[in-house]
Amino acid sequence: MANVAKQSPLQQFEIKPLKEFFIGDVDVSFTNSSLMMVITIVAVSVFLIVGMRRQSTVPGRWQSIAELSYMFIANLVKDTVGPGGRPYFPFIFTIFMFVLFGNLLGMIPYSYTFTSQIIVTFVLALVVFLGVTIIAIIKHKWHFLTFFMPPGVSLFMAPLLVPIEIISYLSRPISLSVRLFANMLAGHTLLKVFAGFVFALGVAGVAPWLFIVALTGLEFVIAFLQAFVFAILTCLYLNDALHLH
Amino acid sequence: MNSKHDNDQINALSAKLKDARRLHQDPTRNVSEKEDKKGGALSLAFRVGVELVSAVAVGFGIGWLIDQQFDTKPWFMLVFLILGGAAGILNVFRMARGFGYAVGYDETKNGQTDQKDINKDTDKNFK
Repeated sequence: MANVAKQSPLQQFEIKPLKEFFIGDVDVSFTNSSLMMVITIVAVSVFLIVGMRRQSTVPGRWQSIAELSYMFIANLVKDTVGPGGRPYFPFIFTIFMFVLFGNLLGMIPYSYTFTSQIIVTFVLALVVFLGVTIIAIIKHKWHFLTFFMPPGVSLFMAPLLVPIEIISYLSRPISLSVRLFANMLAGHTLLKVFAGFVFALGVAGVAPWLFIVALTGLEFVIAFLQAFVFAILTCLYLNDALHLH
Repeated sequence: MNSKHDNDQINALSAKLKDARRLHQDPTRNVSEKEDKKGGALSLAFRVGVELVSAVAVGFGIGWLIDQQFDTKPWFMLVFLILGGAAGILNVFRMARGFGYAVGYDETKNGQTDQKDINKDTDKNFK
């Protein structure tokens, strides 16, 4: 019983170094989080490469899932960015598969959800944000600055509106990363909290146990939904960068 | 006699199976649909909250940094906190109107189809 009480619902997010490395004073240890990322990349690669190995005209189950995920993102890019978004499709597809597999592999008991770490999602969002901004600057040069000045606004309002637009623009990577991170963190914590109730309540623990079953289903939906939201927002930001207003 | 009995049994069993399958299928389908909707609404609500808070946080951060630089505590922080709130409302407004986070107030950018047409137009303009 004492052992149960000691288990914190947040313990699952603990980062444990598996192999310690130091470059100077910087800790670059290979942690359980890094291990899950490597597993995710391997899983995505195996899923796509082995799935598409035979390339039959009538696809089997595996091949059709691989093709479905490709078509899903291809249509997403086509619908939100237009034909100009084609060169950026591999990047968006990679991000989507990485986040999706990270979320789904995190649902396996005793594994680790690296998308529940704010630094992981923030760096992902920062790469998207910086990349999109650089694309916009290369494509539009100085014209990019009109991005912060909405058309049809009088000059009197500019000193007020430009800072608001800049703040709105800078809030993108934060909202993008916090959304994914908070969803995964909250879901996994909730699961653990209710799992703690199951044993603490004895026979009445059936109620939280049933709730966990339902919640696990919802978590799978959220795992997919958040990967999708991450991809669609990347597309929308890219659309803004390519077409400005 | 015996074979008839077997047949009856098999028929009863297949009827039972049918019922079980129907019972099993329909509720699960309904549940998954419901959860889908619930997840969608949940994520929409969540997005509104995050949009609002992140803009305020960025405003606070910018103001705080300026204050650090020019030693003007706490005035820039206060001003940018309010601007951040305005930016947050703007974010939520754009999201709700389906502007797709685009900066600007173009009224024609309402639906998905309009958006695509505009993209085509702008594409032509840039080429």
